[in-house]
Amino acid sequence: MFVTSAFAQESAPSADTSHAATEGETHSGTSVPAEAHGTFPPFDPATFPSQLLWLAITFGLFYLFLKRVVMPRVGGIIDVRNDRITQDLDQAAKLKGEADAAVAAYEQELVEAKTKANAIGQQANDAAKAEAETARKKVEAALDAKLGEAEARISSIKANAMKEVGSIAEDTASAIVEALVGGKASKAEIAAAVKSVAR
Amino acid sequence: MAADKVDPIHQFHINKLIPIDIGGYDLSFTNSALFMVATVIVAAGFLFLTTSSRSLVPGRLQSVSEMAYEFVGNMLRDAAGTQGMKFFPLVFSLFMFVLVANLLGLFPYFFTVTSHIIVTFGLAVLVIATVVVYGFMKHGFGFLKLFVPHGVPVFLLPLVVLIEVISFVSRPVSLSVRLFANMLAGHITLKVFSGFVVSLSALGAVGVAGSILPLAMAVALTALELLVAFLQAYVFAVLTCMYLNDALHPGH
Repeated sequence: MFVTSAFAQESAPSADTSHAATEGETHSGTSVPAEAHGTFPPFDPATFPSQLLWLAITFGLFYLFLKRVVMPRVGGIIDVRNDRITQDLDQAAKLKGEADAAVAAYEQELVEAKTKANAIGQQANDAAKAEAETARKKVEAALDAKLGEAEARISSIKANAMKEVGSIAEDTASAIVEALVGGKASKAEIAAAVKSVAR
Repeated sequence: MAADKVDPIHQFHINKLIPIDIGGYDLSFTNSALFMVATVIVAAGFLFLTTSSRSLVPGRLQSVSEMAYEFVGNMLRDAAGTQGMKFFPLVFSLFMFVLVANLLGLFPYFFTVTSHIIVTFGLAVLVIATVVVYGFMKHGFGFLKLFVPHGVPVFLLPLVVLIEVISFVSRPVSLSVRLFANMLAGHITLKVFSGFVVSLSALGAVGVAGSILPLAMAVALTALELLVAFLQAYVFAVLTCMYLNDALHPGH
């Protein structure tokens, strides 16, 4: 360690007596001022009052300046920046929400449009089917009517034919009777006989 | 002593620049006071000028000021909580003052304010006085619980209280001596090695060749001292924060 070899006391005798007692070792014949070579400067009490005074003045002013001017300013800068960052983040979140809402609305509209298109397609399909059905029914009805007409005609023709069968049979029968018997059978008798045979 | 110019103690001498004597006390404006003023002007000027543009996106120098501010702020908040932030100006001033004083001292021919025990002791006493005054103001005699830790057996209590009191009383001493001794020892070492370079190179060609090693040492030591200058300012500020935490929460 750096031991003080001496203390020069002359310059400030009032303040230094206690230090001299504690630090001990006094040097013989120190008649030089406080900055004597023998004294280790940091342990020279003669400089203490001046250093403490100027430390108090300079550090006090420094403290006040930092507290009043610098720190509010730096703190303000940092606060403003943090506020700005949070604000920007909020805005970004808001914009993202808006974008999401827009996407959702778009999808909603897409779905609506699809259902609408399906409905329109279905409707057209149904209408076409119904039309086809009515056309088909009309055609069928016409065909049915024609069929009925044809059947009626057939049946009337058939009836006429059957009626004529009776008279043909009567003619044939009277011709046969004439050829076989040689006489004329009465028309009523022949008709009765044909009728009974036809039964 | 080889020569007066390589006296490693010479750099710590206090010279009166403007002699002032009031009531028998020597209050002269000395080289020490000059460098205190320089420290304050450099530190305050740097912080003031670099933040004057108040840029939202800081430049390099503004970043340095903001980093120092947030560094000390986080340090204090971690150690003493949000309540401790009322001491932020004090801790920040101490940190900046010690840091700039240490860094200025690294310049050749500059005086190192913090290499004088009375300066570091003055700062340490300021811290401890703040702790004691605030502690008693806030907690009254409850502040004395600081010396009575929880969960200690009763028969050990007197011993523990004694140890706690001694540790508390030695705080200003350890706080000031740590900073002072680091700066003093570092500067003496630097000066000794630089002195070797001067003394050896005076011996001719062999001496110049031989002075390369101490020169390299001096360069390496300068880097180390730069680290120490920052580290000691940091340690001083951290310990201040921890002591202030005691004032805020004395019940351990």
